[in-house]
Amino acid sequence: MLKASGIKITIASGKGGTGKTFVATNLFQSLSMERIPVTLVDCDAETPNAKLFFKSKKESTREVTQKVPVIDESHCTYCGKCHEYCNYHAIFFLPQSQMIKVIEELCHGCGACLVACKYGAILEKDSELGTITRYSLTNHNTLIESRMHTGVYSPVQVIKKGIKEATDQIITILDAPPGTSCPFIHTVLKADYVVLVTEPTPFGLSNLKQTVDTLRLMEKSFGVIINRAGLGNDEVYNYIKQENIKLLLEIPFQREIASTYSRGTLLTEIEPEWKKKFLSLFDTIIKENGNINHQR
Amino acid sequence: MKVAITSTGNSPDATLDPRFGRCSYFVIYDTQSGSTEFIPNPAREAEDGAGPEAVKLVASRNAKKIVSGEFGLKIKPLLDSMKIQMIVVKDPGKRVSEIIEMLNH
Amino acid sequence: MEISIISGKGGTGKSSISAAFATLSSDVVLADCDVDASNQHILFKPKHEEEQEFTGGQKALTDPESCTNCGICVPYCRFDAISFSDNGVIISETLCDGCQLCKRVCPHQAIKMVDYNKSRMYTGSFRNGRMVYGQLAPGEENSGKLVNLVRDKAKKQAKLHNIDTIIIDGPPGIGCPVISSITGTDHVLIVTEPCLSGLIDLARAAEVSQSFGIKTSVLINKFDLDQNLTTDIEEWCYKNQLEIVGFIPFDTMIVEAMVNCKSIIEWSPDSAVSIAIRDACKNILYEKR
Repeated sequence: MLKASGIKITIASGKGGTGKTFVATNLFQSLSMERIPVTLVDCDAETPNAKLFFKSKKESTREVTQKVPVIDESHCTYCGKCHEYCNYHAIFFLPQSQMIKVIEELCHGCGACLVACKYGAILEKDSELGTITRYSLTNHNTLIESRMHTGVYSPVQVIKKGIKEATDQIITILDAPPGTSCPFIHTVLKADYVVLVTEPTPFGLSNLKQTVDTLRLMEKSFGVIINRAGLGNDEVYNYIKQENIKLLLEIPFQREIASTYSRGTLLTEIEPEWKKKFLSLFDTIIKENGNINHQR
Repeated sequence: MKVAITSTGNSPDATLDPRFGRCSYFVIYDTQSGSTEFIPNPAREAEDGAGPEAVKLVASRNAKKIVSGEFGLKIKPLLDSMKIQMIVVKDPGKRVSEIIEMLNH
Repeated sequence: MEISIISGKGGTGKSSISAAFATLSSDVVLADCDVDASNQHILFKPKHEEEQEFTGGQKALTDPESCTNCGICVPYCRFDAISFSDNGVIISETLCDGCQLCKRVCPHQAIKMVDYNKSRMYTGSFRNGRMVYGQLAPGEENSGKLVNLVRDKAKKQAKLHNIDTIIIDGPPGIGCPVISSITGTDHVLIVTEPCLSGLIDLARAAEVSQSFGIKTSVLINKFDLDQNLTTDIEEWCYKNQLEIVGFIPFDTMIVEAMVNCKSIIEWSPDSAVSIAIRDACKNILYEKR
C-alpha cells in the first residue's frame, strides 16, 4: 500500500441519498479490518447516521458553542451603536421606550456589537449549537460525530469543530452533508481528495455537474463512484468520460445490497470480495491524489 | 387598549394577512375608541429582519395584542418579553372587520 | 392548500414523490424549495417566463491599492476568513460571513462589501400548472431566504392563476431551509424508508414540524424493503400520533419514469406505486376536512 498517512478524504454528493454514508462507512471498515489507523468524521450534522453501522463506546462529548452578546442594561446608554453594527438584525432596539434585546437565534457570533459598544455594556456568553462526540469502535478506530441541535440556523460551526477534532497524522474519512452550499464547502475545504458518489439518473447527473463545477473552482482533486449502476441510463458515464473524470468504482444496483445496508450491516464485513474492492478504491485514491488536472 | 391586526389591504373588507413580518398592512385598532388606522408595512419587501421591524412598528404604537396567521420562532420570545400577546387566527379568509368583531366579544 | 414534502434524510424518494403529487391534478403550483439541489425542472422542463437574481448576502473584499497590510482586521474576524499574503490581506469568499466588522475596523477604508448574487429564481409553466424553483449558487449560505422567496412567488402564482394546490418539494435535513419550507403550510408530509437511519431522521424531521404545530403525516417509501423496520416505523408513528398516509412498494419503475422525464403517475398510472401515491394524497386531503 502506498504511503497515505494524514490524507483527508471527503465523501460527498450533490444530492442526498446517493450512498455517501454507504461508501464512507464501508471504506472505513475495510481499512479498519486491515488494522490501518483511520478516523471517520460524520459531518452530516443535521442528520448524522454513520454511528448506526458500528458497535461503539462513547469516549467523550463536547458542546460546540458560539458567543452571543448579553447586554448589561446598567451600563447601556441606549445609543443604538450595537444595533447599527449588527448585520443580522439580532439586536432589537426601540429607542423611544429605551428597550434593547438580543435575538439569540439571529446572532452569528461575529462580535461586531462588542466592538461597537463604547460603554462596556456588552458581554458575551456561550450559546450551544451542537455536540461533537468521540466514539471508540471495536475495530480500534475512532468515529467522530458532529450533531447540530434542532433549531440552529447553520451546521457549519459544528462541522468545522468535528473536522478539527480528528488528528492530522492518520487517514481521515469525512462523510459530507448533501448539497453544494456552505456546509458542503466546509467539509471539502480541508480535504486532500474528494470522492463524489452519484447514481446514473437525470437527477444524479444534474447534481453531479453542479458539484464538479464547485470542486473545480476550489481546485480539488476528485473522482466519481457510480452507485446503483445498471439502473437509469448512460448519461452519467458519458459525462465523466467527456470531462475526463476518474471513475473510481461502480456499485451495482442490487436489492440485497440495499437491504443489507438498510439493516445496518456493512457489506465489506460480510463480503470479502467487497472489502477487496474498497481497499483497491483506497489505493486508487492515493494514486490519484494531488492530480487536479481534470480539466479537458 | 390597542390591537394590531395584519391585513392584506387597507380597508376593513381586506382579509387577514397570514404572515406577520411580511404582511401588507398593519391595522391598529383601538378597543376603547373603536378607531382603526391602516399602516403599510415598510419592511414587507425587506431582504431580512422583517420580523423585528414589524415588532418595532407594533410596539411604537403601543399595541398590546397582535392578531396574525403565524409568528416566527425568533419573534415569539421577543413579543413575550415585551408582554405583547399573540393571537393566531388560522383562517386566511377572515376579514379585518370580522376580526374586530371578534375582539369586541 | 399548501403541502410541504420533506424527508429528514436524503434519498428517500422525496423528489419523485413530490413529482407524482404534482401530476395528480392538472392544476398545481410546484415549488421546488430544495434550492441546493433542485431537480423538478429536469423532469418537467418548465417554460421559463421569469428569471430573478437573488442576493443572498454580502462578502467583504479588500482593495489592494489602499490596503497597507497592517493586519488590524485579522484578529477581529471570527470566521477565520482573513489571512496575510504578499499583496495585502486576503479575505476568503468562502469563509466570509458578511458581518462587515473588518470593514468597520479598517483604518484605511480598504475593505468594501460586495453583493453575492449568483443565485437565481425561475418562474414558468409546466404541463400540470405553474412552477417556481430556486437555484442556490455553490457555497451560498442563505438558502432559507431563497426558500422564502420561492414560496412567496409560488403563493402569488397560485393567486394569479386561481390555483388551489401548492406542492412544495423541500430540502433534506432539519436546518433553516427546512424550517422555511414548512412554516405556515397546511400539511407536512415526511417521506421515510425502512432503513436504520430512516426512523431516526424521521423523528428529527417530525420534531421540527410538530414544534410549529403543523399537521404532519408520514409516507413510507420502499416499505417492503425491510418489513421489520417498517413495523418499527409504524409503531413509532402510532406512539407519536403521526398518521401514516401510505405505503409505497419498492419498484425500479420510479427510476425508469425519471430517466424518461416523467413522474411515476404519468409513466405508469396503474402501477402499484401510483395507486399507493394516489391513496396517500386522498388521505391527506381527507384529513383537511
